[in-house]
Amino acid sequence: MTVETIVQSLASGLLMGLLYGLIAVGLALIFGLMDVTNFAHGEFLMIAMYASFFLFTFFAIDPLLSAPLVAAALFVFGAIVYLLIVRFAMRAKANAGMVQIFSTFGLAIVMRGLAQLFFTPDYRSIPQSWLGGKTVSIAGIFLPEPQLVGALVSIAAFVGLYFFIHRTDFGRALEATREDPGAVALVGIDKNRVFAFGWGLGAALVGLAGAIMAVFFYIYPDVGASFALIAYVTVALGGFGSVFGAFAGGIIVGLVEAVTALMLPPSLKSVGIYAVYLLVVFIRPRGLFGSM
Amino acid sequence: MDKNFAARRRRDLIVAAVLAVLAALAPLFVKNVYIQNILVLTLMYAALSQSWNILSGYCGQISLGHALYFGIGAYTTELLFTKFGVLPWFGMLAGGGIAALIAMGLGYPFFRLRGHYFVIATIVIAEIGLLLFQNWDWAGAAMGITIPVRGDSWLKFQFMRSKLPYFYFALALCCLAWFVTWWLEDSKWGFWWRAVKDNPEAAESLGVVVFNSKMGAAAVSAFLVAVGGAFYAQFLAYIDPESVMGFQFSLLMALPAVLGGIGTLWGPVLGAAILIPMTELTRSYIGGSGRGVDLIVYGTLIVLISLALPQGLVSLFSRSKAKGATR
Repeated sequence: MTVETIVQSLASGLLMGLLYGLIAVGLALIFGLMDVTNFAHGEFLMIAMYASFFLFTFFAIDPLLSAPLVAAALFVFGAIVYLLIVRFAMRAKANAGMVQIFSTFGLAIVMRGLAQLFFTPDYRSIPQSWLGGKTVSIAGIFLPEPQLVGALVSIAAFVGLYFFIHRTDFGRALEATREDPGAVALVGIDKNRVFAFGWGLGAALVGLAGAIMAVFFYIYPDVGASFALIAYVTVALGGFGSVFGAFAGGIIVGLVEAVTALMLPPSLKSVGIYAVYLLVVFIRPRGLFGSM
Repeated sequence: MDKNFAARRRRDLIVAAVLAVLAALAPLFVKNVYIQNILVLTLMYAALSQSWNILSGYCGQISLGHALYFGIGAYTTELLFTKFGVLPWFGMLAGGGIAALIAMGLGYPFFRLRGHYFVIATIVIAEIGLLLFQNWDWAGAAMGITIPVRGDSWLKFQFMRSKLPYFYFALALCCLAWFVTWWLEDSKWGFWWRAVKDNPEAAESLGVVVFNSKMGAAAVSAFLVAVGGAFYAQFLAYIDPESVMGFQFSLLMALPAVLGGIGTLWGPVLGAAILIPMTELTRSYIGGSGRGVDLIVYGTLIVLISLALPQGLVSLFSRSKAKGATR
C-alpha cells in the first residue's frame, strides 16, 4: 500500500462523505425540528434518483440541470407527507415513538412497492451525462467529476442551510418552533406550516443528493435502503438534532468507509462505519455534537 | 384493582388454554398444505413477536435488531448439526444460551443509550452480524448451509412427509412465549419494566435493579427468539445470512406486536393472527407478478393502523384506554 493509494482513497472518501452529509442533513433538520425520525428517508432518496433518471431519459435534461427541479419536487412531496401522515403521527398520545417509526416505515414500504409497480425492479443508470465517467486530476490524485460536483453542491447546500436557519425570518421561525411549539402560536406562527416547510426542506436536501447520485449509482426500488442506514448512523454519530453534527458525521463516515475498504474486503467496508458509530455513542451517548 | 388484576390474569390463562386447544385441533380440519404452512408461520411470528415484546414492549427498549438472535439460533443449530452431528434439540438450547449471553453482553453498553440512539445501535449490531456471517467461510459465507436429510423423526427434528410436527412445535413455542410473558407480567421484573418504560429517570434512581431487570428482559427475549430461529432453520432446511439475519426479520418480529398492541399480553398474538396470513395471502395472490402490489397494500395498512390505533388492535377490546397503555 503506497502513500498515493492512501491519499487517493481518503480523497474519494471525503467526497463520498460530503454526499453522506448532504443526505443526512435533511434527516437531522427534521429530527431537530420536531423530534421525529423519517424512516422513509432512503425512499425519498430513491424517488429523487428516479426523477432525475426520467427527466434525463424523456426530456434529455442533464442531472446537473434537473437537480434544482428534483429538489423542488421533493420539497412539495416532503410537505405533503408531513400534512398527510406525520402531522397525525405526532398527535398520538400513547406509543408516540412507535407510531412515528411505523407510520413512516409503512410509507417506505408503499414507496418501494410503487417503484416496483411503475418502474419495475430493473437496475437503471444514466448513460452519458455531462459529468459521467470523467475525472480530474489534482496533484496526482484522480477525482471523479460527478462526486466532485456532488461534494461542492453539498458544501454549498450546507452553507445555504446554515444562513437560512440563522439569518432569515423563516429560519428564526423554525428555530423558535423547535424551542417552544406552544409559545410560537401566541405570536401568530402556524406550527403546522413551519413543520410542513421543515419537512419540505429536509426532503429537498435529500432530493438534491439523489439527483446528483443518479449519475454514478444504479437506480432500483431498494436503493434507498442501503443509504438510509448510513444516513441514520451519520445523524446519530453527529448527535440527533444537530445539523452541523450531521454534516461533520457525513465526512467522518466517508473517511472511515474509505479507510476500512483499504484494510478489509470490500463487502465489509460498512463494518468500519458501524464500529465507529458504536464506539462514539458508547463514549458519548448523545453523539459528537448532540446537546442535552 | 388488585382483585380485578388477579381475575383478569385467571381469565387470560383460561382463554389462552382454550385457544391453544382449538389451535391444536385445527389440523383436523385444515388439510391444505399451503394453509398449514401459513399457520406454522403465523404461530412462529406470534412466538417471536411475543418474545420481542418482552424487551421492547414491556421494558420499552425498542430493538430493531432481534434478527441477530434469530440468526444466531439458526446458525448455532445448523453448524452444530452439519459439522459435528449434534442433534438440533441441543443446538436449539445452545443457540438460545449464546443469544442470551450476547444480549446481556450488549446490554452493558447499549442500555446506557436512549431513544433513537438505542434503536440505531440495535440495527447496527444486527447488520454487523449479517456482514460477518456473509464473510465467514466456515459457516458457508453468503452461500449459506443446506441442511442434509437425516431421516423423519422427532429425535432429528426433521419431517419430510408432513408439516404437522412443525405446526405442533410452533404452537408449543407460541404457548411457551405467551406463558413466559404472562408469568413475568406479574413478577417483580414485570413491575420494574413498566417503571423503566413509563419513567426511566425515576426508575433510574432505583439504580442497579433497573439495569438488572433490563438485562433479564434482554436475555429472556433473545433466548426465545433464538429458539424460533433454530426452528425456522429446521423448517426451511436451508439457511443463508440474509434469509435468517436480514433486517426484515427484525421488523416482522416487531410488527405484530405494534399492530396488536405493544407491551400487551395479547397484542403479539392478535397482530400475528391478522398480519401474517394477510402478508402471505397478498404475496401469493397479488404479489406473484413481482410488481409490488402486495407491498403497497401491506405498507398502507401499516400506516393506517399505526395512525388510527396507536395502542394497537387490543385497545379495541379493552374498556379503559389507560389499561391499554401499560398492559
